[in-house]
Amino acid sequence: MLDDTDRRLLRYLQSDPTAPISELAERCAMQPATAARRLEKLGAKGILKGQHAVIDWSKLGFAVEVSLRFTLDKTAARAFDEFQDAARLIPEVIAIQTFLGRVDLRLSVVARDMAHYQSLYRNQILTLPHIAEVEALMHVATIKTTETLPI
Amino acid sequence: MSWDTTDFAILRALSADATMSAGALGRELGLSQPATWRRIKRLQDEGVLAGRRVDLDAEALGFGVAVFLGVKLATKGRVSLEDFERAVTAIPEVQTVQHVLGLYDYRLRVVARDLSDFERVLRRRIMTLPGVGDVEANVLLSEERLAGPL
Repeated sequence: MLDDTDRRLLRYLQSDPTAPISELAERCAMQPATAARRLEKLGAKGILKGQHAVIDWSKLGFAVEVSLRFTLDKTAARAFDEFQDAARLIPEVIAIQTFLGRVDLRLSVVARDMAHYQSLYRNQILTLPHIAEVEALMHVATIKTTETLPI
Repeated sequence: MSWDTTDFAILRALSADATMSAGALGRELGLSQPATWRRIKRLQDEGVLAGRRVDLDAEALGFGVAVFLGVKLATKGRVSLEDFERAVTAIPEVQTVQHVLGLYDYRLRVVARDLSDFERVLRRRIMTLPGVGDVEANVLLSEERLAGPL
């Protein structure tokens, strides 16, 4: 359903999303109008779902980022739903992921400093429902984050 | 640097749709186009707006599987960290590499076409990385990004 030209277009778009359409078109050796039309089509098909700003939380004063990995008490029937509903209400949670594996669920949490993190952890995280186990990975550095697909 | 609620509103809007023009964004927030543009520029200059992420339907493009790996290095020391990092960032299927403290040393996000393709990446690329020790894999089932404390 996708041809090589579409793939090439998406590959360049991923590598430099802020580049103007004229530049993108030039790299793919096509007219800007053609590139725009193809992107629009990819959008309509739901393949190009959108573009989102990446926020550097540390620059906003949130110096601490922690991955909290949970295993849940699966004897409770709605453990996942109730945990996720409650986690969504914590403003400092920036991502929720569910997994198949040893870990059931992961939260990405940002905090201003360690004191802020500690109070978050005690008062909001540990009070989430159905937690069986929790472990934390503290982010030291992001070495690579392209989040591009090798298309 | 201090940021106000208008800056936060801009960040919220751009995390939802980064292609919004300053004019359209300003109209939504009741700001003029130049005033909105200046704020966006300041957020970019200060590094708060760190770029854009293109959201593609991975499955439609043939990448049905995303796996998070926790990697523990078998041997440590500065040289081995650098060797590992250089080698791991060169793998196209590895989307994210984070250096972490805790049970693991690194956290990787890997995409693959399917589970057997993932097995190939794991065996040929990941397990052969310099210094690699324990590896734990968790297959991503769902992912939800939230606006965060804005």
